Amino acid sequence: MGAVVALDALFNGGRVWKGRPAAPPASLHPTGLAALDAVLPSGGWPASALSEILMAKDGVGELQLVLPTLARLSAAGERIVLVAPPYTPYPHAWQNAGVDVRQLSVVQAEERDVLWAVEQCLRSGSCGAVLCWPHKADDRALRRLQVAAETGQTLAFAWRALSEAINPSPAALRLAVEARPAQVRVLKCRGGLAHPAPIALAGH
Amino acid sequence: MRWVCIVFPQLALDGVQRLHPEPDAPLALLAGTPQRRVLQTVNAAARALGLRPGQSLTAAHALVKTFASAEYDPVQIERWQQFLAAWAYRFSSQVSVYYPRALLFEIESSLGLFGPWPLFEARLRKELTELGFRHRIVAAPNPAAARVLANLYDGLAVADDAALQQALAPLPIDRAGLEPQAATALSRMGLRTLAHVQALPRHTLARRFDVGLLQHLDALSGQRPLALDFYQPPDRFDVRIELNFDVHSHQALLFPLRRLTADLSAFLCGRDSGVQRFDLHLEHAQAADSVIKVGLLSAEREPGMLFELARGRLEQVQVSAPVRGLRLLAEDLPVFVPQRQDLFDERPQQTLPWEQLRERLRARLGDDAVQGLRFHADHRPECAWQAAADPRACQGLNKVQRPGWLLPQPSPLAEQGVHILMGPERIESGWWDGADIRRDYYLVQTRTGQRGWAFRNVGQSDGLWLQGWFA
Repeated sequence: MGAVVALDALFNGGRVWKGRPAAPPASLHPTGLAALDAVLPSGGWPASALSEILMAKDGVGELQLVLPTLARLSAAGERIVLVAPPYTPYPHAWQNAGVDVRQLSVVQAEERDVLWAVEQCLRSGSCGAVLCWPHKADDRALRRLQVAAETGQTLAFAWRALSEAINPSPAALRLAVEARPAQVRVLKCRGGLAHPAPIALAGH
Repeated sequence: MRWVCIVFPQLALDGVQRLHPEPDAPLALLAGTPQRRVLQTVNAAARALGLRPGQSLTAAHALVKTFASAEYDPVQIERWQQFLAAWAYRFSSQVSVYYPRALLFEIESSLGLFGPWPLFEARLRKELTELGFRHRIVAAPNPAAARVLANLYDGLAVADDAALQQALAPLPIDRAGLEPQAATALSRMGLRTLAHVQALPRHTLARRFDVGLLQHLDALSGQRPLALDFYQPPDRFDVRIELNFDVHSHQALLFPLRRLTADLSAFLCGRDSGVQRFDLHLEHAQAADSVIKVGLLSAEREPGMLFELARGRLEQVQVSAPVRGLRLLAEDLPVFVPQRQDLFDERPQQTLPWEQLRERLRARLGDDAVQGLRFHADHRPECAWQAAADPRACQGLNKVQRPGWLLPQPSPLAEQGVHILMGPERIESGWWDGADIRRDYYLVQTRTGQRGWAFRNVGQSDGLWLQGWFA
């Protein structure tokens, strides 16, 4: 406890919750879902941080959440890296969602190398967003990814099973995507209280 | 001040020592016939133990039990001089290896680029120290004077001819680069310094001595230019390090590997080229070499990166026999195109360029691990994508509903509880290449709320096949 920390730094970092919170700096990356942006403290994906998306099954709209962000990043010439995606991205669909597929890079990695590859990509700072699907990531592994995302100032997205929701996570934002009814719940968001009511997902 | 002479007083020793992980261990270089081995050179640690050049090997072993030894190899010295010339080639186009164990190069035309001489000299010293060579540096108006002054001085910079005359005058006769016979004769005549010799009438010198003496004196004062052959860098890089012990693990190879890649980088900087492919040969005593090929997607020359890539490949190799030598061979040296960087980049300073990140990933995960993605104009979903980067922007595509994820293989879908939201959409194509399909595609929703893309083969009753997820 010897270190002296400026109060401003503590408050702006979002680590201390104040009763009457000042709005944290607005995010540069709105999710594309206006209702979701409205309940997130930064108004979008937390910058330079890991965001976790938990889903019960594939095909419940978990990708829809990030495609507008990826489209914006790729239009700005940023590189988007998919580390060991569970399926092949269909270029037609991604292109129709506005993503410039030339900016996509797919990294194929074995199970044990996935986290290493993700950390390298995040730490390098040369990617706009890094997408990963870790299967056996514990609290420590996720914290490494979170720190790497901060170091490289890169957006990190991790898709995991909904059953992980009971485990704590160092991610700055945790969303749960539910299929029936199609909705998103905010489980955790840094810098504010999680909004209790679910938000309907359009198109699902 | 036009010429720089760099003298390497211990080139043979440095050449051996820089490849040793522990430079402070006692080391002696051996020469002589197999019957009578003699210590040719010893380093400081060995000297402290009492070893002296000229001692026989048996006498040395009687004094000290353990010291490392290596062969004193004139060919190897020549090779190091060539390597240093390649290094110096980046600073000047006129590099000469006219004198043994020394480099001469012209610098006046380079000073505009490399800054004033003190800065330039500091840079030379820093790079030579990193490469592991002890050195003395002297700058003078002509090459012969620079070489002679480097016998006595280190860090001397002589600006013009008048100052040169003052610097040369007090040089002792035996250090002035004269022929040994001429130097002996002059000192027996009672002449001690170069100034005494220069004061003598020329015709008496011409009568008493060989023509070489006057030529040398004129070359020193700059009245007679020295004819120098200039160095041309070779088109390939080939350096090998012999390990004088058997190496069983890759850990012990990392130090020589770091040296080799740093040397390669210095060589490439001198040529202003990069390297795209190089081979690492692991030499064995009995078997043929194991060759590790390191390939990059674009030409690079950053030493840390080259080392890390080579290390990544090396760590994955299993060899059958212990390694006795390491050799790095680079044949293909394309032009190096520096990376374009934004002036106002808001990213942090320690950012790693994407090209380097890609090479790092490929080195560990395999050559095909990092791929792009492109759209291929085909109606069949299996053929609608390719794992390659597309140089051109994708044309506007029709806005049909396609799933974001494509399954590697279509999988059967139980029809119970599946709700069809849209369809059918007939896709019938591929009669020309044997992968003919006739399918009716549906957008379906399963009982658990997942939205998928499934098809039914036309004319067959094998049920629904799931091919993608609308994620």
